[in-house]
Amino acid sequence: MLAIDVISTIFISAGAFFMITGTVGLLKFPDFYTRMHATGKCDTLGQVLVILGCVIYEGFTFISIKLLLVAAFYLLAGPASTHALMKAAYVTGLPVWKKGDKRM
Amino acid sequence: MIGVEAMKEENRKFKIVLTFCIMFIFWLLLSAWTVYLPEPYDFSKVSRGILAALIVTFLTYEMFVPSRGTKVLLKTRRFIPYVGWELWQIYLATIDVTKRVFGMLDVDPQVIEFDTTLRSDFALVTFANSITLTPGTITIDVEPERGRYIVHAISKAPADSLTVDQTMQKKVGYVFLEE
Repeated sequence: MLAIDVISTIFISAGAFFMITGTVGLLKFPDFYTRMHATGKCDTLGQVLVILGCVIYEGFTFISIKLLLVAAFYLLAGPASTHALMKAAYVTGLPVWKKGDKRM
Repeated sequence: MIGVEAMKEENRKFKIVLTFCIMFIFWLLLSAWTVYLPEPYDFSKVSRGILAALIVTFLTYEMFVPSRGTKVLLKTRRFIPYVGWELWQIYLATIDVTKRVFGMLDVDPQVIEFDTTLRSDFALVTFANSITLTPGTITIDVEPERGRYIVHAISKAPADSLTVDQTMQKKVGYVFLEE
């Protein structure tokens, strides 16, 4: 039981770390597009790690099957929503930050 | 001509049955615990699932089972290792962004465009999602006719891995037989 506790704690803390990294990137990066890099990628892995930690804690039950389905749909929906936001910004003509420009 | 009609009818029945089976299994996975946990077993609980599965089946069976493709089994067999590789790429991508957030790597964004040999919808979507999940690149737009992608890369190295090395194009092309 202790081993399961430790492993799931490691997974959930790693997920939380990546989510915090994504938030720091959101505040730190210079423009909209680079901010989407931070949130889009870190959130995907962070969310999946948190869910995996819960699955390991829960064991093999119907609840963990549901959690795995949530993780699978997140892996599909995450990139799609990131792409939708990027396309909307690009089509409306938001300028792309180049190295040396001022922060936007 | 009668033969063609009969085949279409057969195909429709097959689609309906397949969709219903998948929907019902899905319902069982999601809510079976409400069926087997409370002790008295009765048909009314399962019948709710059957009803829901039937409604969803008749709304979506035409979209849910795509018209018969070619070499589906071969594509499926090649797709599974690709998913494993993609999960590893997600891990690498997050480490990459983490390094950039904490200032260990440079941020030098650029927008690149390139053509691919991919044409079918599923291959285009898979490749677009793969670009977004792999290190340092996000898909902005796709033009399906020419297989042209517009991609935002966070620095030069990830951009080069798409335009020069083309590892991922080759992998997706290999999976969907569209090299």
